[in-house]
Amino acid sequence: MAKFNKPKSLTDAVFHYCPGCTHGIVHRLVAEAIDELGIEGKTIGVAPVGCSVMAYNYFTCDMIQAAHGRAPAVATGVKRSLPDHIVFTYQGDGDLASIGLCETVSAAARGENITVIFINNAIYGMTGGQMAPTSLIGQVTQTSPYGRDAATQGMPIKISELLATLEAPSYITRVTVNNVKNVRNAKAAIKKAFQNQVEGKGFSLVEVVSNCPTNWGMTPEKSLQWIDTHMLPYYPLGVYKDKDAEDKNNG
Amino acid sequence: MSEKVLMKGNEAIAEAAILAGCRHYFGYPITPQTEIAAYMAKKMPKINGTFLQAESEIAAINMVYGVASTGKRVMTSSSSPGIALKCEGISYLAGADLPALIVNVQRGGPGLGGIQPSQSDYHLATKGPGHGDFHVLCFAPASVQEMADLTAHAFECAEKYRMPSMLLADGTLGQMMEPVVLPKPSDAGKYDNSWAVTGTNNERKHNIINSLYLSPAELEKLNFERYERYEQIKKDEPMWEEYLMDDAEICVVSYGITARISRNAVDEARKQGIKVGMIRPITVWPFPVEPLKKAADKVERFICVELNMGQMKDDIELAIHCKKPVDLCIRTGGMLPSPDEVLAVIKK
Amino acid sequence: MADFNIIIAGFGGQGILFSGKVLACAGLLEDRNLSWLPSYGPEMRGGTANCSVVLSDKPVGSPIVERPNVLMVMNEPSLDKFEDLVVPGGKIFVDSSLIPRKVKRDDVEAFYVPATKLAADNGLKGLANMILLGNLIRHTGCIKEDGIADALHQAIPARKIDLFNSNMNAISMGFEY
Repeated sequence: MAKFNKPKSLTDAVFHYCPGCTHGIVHRLVAEAIDELGIEGKTIGVAPVGCSVMAYNYFTCDMIQAAHGRAPAVATGVKRSLPDHIVFTYQGDGDLASIGLCETVSAAARGENITVIFINNAIYGMTGGQMAPTSLIGQVTQTSPYGRDAATQGMPIKISELLATLEAPSYITRVTVNNVKNVRNAKAAIKKAFQNQVEGKGFSLVEVVSNCPTNWGMTPEKSLQWIDTHMLPYYPLGVYKDKDAEDKNNG
Repeated sequence: MSEKVLMKGNEAIAEAAILAGCRHYFGYPITPQTEIAAYMAKKMPKINGTFLQAESEIAAINMVYGVASTGKRVMTSSSSPGIALKCEGISYLAGADLPALIVNVQRGGPGLGGIQPSQSDYHLATKGPGHGDFHVLCFAPASVQEMADLTAHAFECAEKYRMPSMLLADGTLGQMMEPVVLPKPSDAGKYDNSWAVTGTNNERKHNIINSLYLSPAELEKLNFERYERYEQIKKDEPMWEEYLMDDAEICVVSYGITARISRNAVDEARKQGIKVGMIRPITVWPFPVEPLKKAADKVERFICVELNMGQMKDDIELAIHCKKPVDLCIRTGGMLPSPDEVLAVIKK
Repeated sequence: MADFNIIIAGFGGQGILFSGKVLACAGLLEDRNLSWLPSYGPEMRGGTANCSVVLSDKPVGSPIVERPNVLMVMNEPSLDKFEDLVVPGGKIFVDSSLIPRKVKRDDVEAFYVPATKLAADNGLKGLANMILLGNLIRHTGCIKEDGIADALHQAIPARKIDLFNSNMNAISMGFEY
C-alpha cells in the first residue's frame, strides 16, 4: 500500500500557518504539481506580502520574496530573464486583488507565461483580520465592524470573472479545498496551470477559495462549512477561461 | 581609438547600457527621459533582449527586481515623479542586496512640478531613495561622455557591492547632443553571483531573495553589515574633478549641468584675476569628502551651485566641518543659472 | 577658428532642431568641441522650438547659449525673444518671407533671406530651414564648406536618406543667395 509522503518540493520547515488554515493544503498541491511535472530544479517561486510571505521557506525551489502586490511584475522580470524556467506567484486577496490589482491585470493582459496561485479567503490575515477587496457583503472584520456595507465599501471583486474578460490569459479557474473532492479538483487545476506554462500557453491563474478560521472567528470545521454556505454562492466554482477547451470547441 | 559619435545624453545611456551587457530594460513613459525607452524599444528586440513598457513605474522597478534576482544586468529609467514611485522597489533591491541600475533624468518638483531640468532629487538620491536604512551608489554625470562612461561604471559598482546604482542626470544632459566615444563592451559575471535564483537544477539548496527578517537581531546584524560595506565604499569609490584648485581662494562646488555652467563662470572670473576653482563631485553618494576637507584649509569660502534649493549645502558643510562659509547660488526646475549669476556670487 | 554660440529658433515643424543637428554633425566631422541642446516638452508639439549649438576649439562649458553670436530665426516671436541677447557684432539670419519686420539693432549684422518663398518657388517645400542655414554657413564660416555634404549625410536619418539631394540643393541655394 502506498505511503502518504511529503512532496519532494516541500522543505522540512514547519508551516507557521494557523491550525486549520488551508494554506498548508494549497502549498502541498503546488509542491505535488511541481514534483509530478519534474520541474523542481528549474522552478522559481515568488512569495507575496501576506500570510504566505514566508512561503520561501517551504518550497525547495529557488524563491523570491516580492513587495506587496508586485509578485506578477517580479515574476515577469524573472520569466523574461529565464524564459525556459517555470515561474509561479503565490498571492492572497489583499496582495493580488487590492494593492497589486494593476500588476495582476497587466500581467494577465500581456499573457505573461507564468502561473498564479490566488488564495481568496476574503480577509487580510497577516495584519489581523481587516476587510479585503473580496470580503463578502455583511462580513464583519476589524475594519468593517458593522459588516461590509455595499453603499460605502462597494462590492467584493470577482477576480476570476474579471480576468476572464481579457483576451490573453490561457486559463482562469476557481476551485476550493474544503473537502476531499474539491481538493482533488483543485490539484488538477493547479497541475494544469503549471502544465500550461511548461507548454508555453501563457498566463494561468487558479483562484482557491480558502478559509481563515482565526480571523473569521470559527473553528476550522465551521470555516470549511462557511465556504460552502457563504463564499461559494458569491464565488461560484468553475473554469472561467480555458483556451485549450475553446480551441477544441472551435475544432 | 574608438570613433566619436554624436548622441543625445539619453541615447548614450541606453547604448552604453547595451554595451555593458544589459539585456533587460523596463520603463514607463515620462519626460524628459523617454528617449532611453525609445532607444531600448528599437534595439532590444534585435539583440535578443527585453524591452517592456510596464504598466507603471512601480511595476517596472519590480520587474527590475525580478531580473536582478536572476543575477543579470538590468535597468530602468525615469524622471523625478516616476523615481518617487520606484522608491519602494529600490528599497527592496537594497534590502535584498540586489544590483541594478536606476537612471533618473531629473525634472522640477515637488508634485507634478515641471518637465524642465532640475537637480531637486539630490536629497532623495543621496540619503536613500526609499524606506529603511540604506544608500544607493549615486553618479552625477556632467556630459554626454560621462552619461555613457558612468552607466558602465554604475553597473560594475552595483555588482561589486551588491546594491542598486543610480545615475542622477537632468533634462538638459538627457536632451543635449555631444560627441561621445562609447565605452568598450563589458558584461556581468566579474563578481560572484552564486546567490542568484537560476533554478536549483536539483544540485544545490534553494536560493532565497528576500528582505524580510522578522527577528530584530538578525535584521540589525544585516543592517550593520551593509553599513560596513558602505564605509568601504566611502573610502574607495568617491569620484570628483578638480578644476583650477591649486591656488584657489574660492571653491565652487557643483555637479552635473550646473557644473558646466559654473566652469564658464570660473573661467570668466579667472580672466578678471579672481582666484577661483571648482570641485565637481562625480559621485554624490559617496560624497567626495576628502578634496573638500583639503580645500577647507586653503580657500576662504565655498559656493554651492545647484538647480535646487541648495540640497548639497549640508554635505559640503559636513565635509568641511563648517570651517568656512558656504554661499549658495541656486535656481530651481528649468531656471538654469547663467554663468553671470554664478560669477556674481563669486565676486560677492 | 572662432567660437560660435548659435541659437536657431522658430516654430515646431520648421526643422529648427534638424538645422542645428547639421551644424553639430559638421562640428563632429571637423573634430571640434561642440554641444547641441534642444528646447523640449509641449512647446515642441506645434509651439515654438529652438536649439543652441556651441562650436568651439576648447571643451564646451555650458551648452546653454545665453549670448549668441549667431542667431537664425524663422518666426517673429523668436526674433522678438532672442534679438536683444545677440552679442554686439553678432549675425542674425531672418526668414524674411515669414518675418515682416527688420532687425532693430544697429550693432549687429542682419541677413534677410526669403527662405520660405524661395523654397516654395523652387520645389523645395519644407526646406526653408536648409536655405537659411546655407546662407548662415556662408556668412559665418561656422563650419567648413566642403564638409557640408558629409554633415548632412550624417544628420539625415537612414530612413529619410532619399531627401538628401533636395536638402543639399536647398543649402546650396541659400549659400549662393
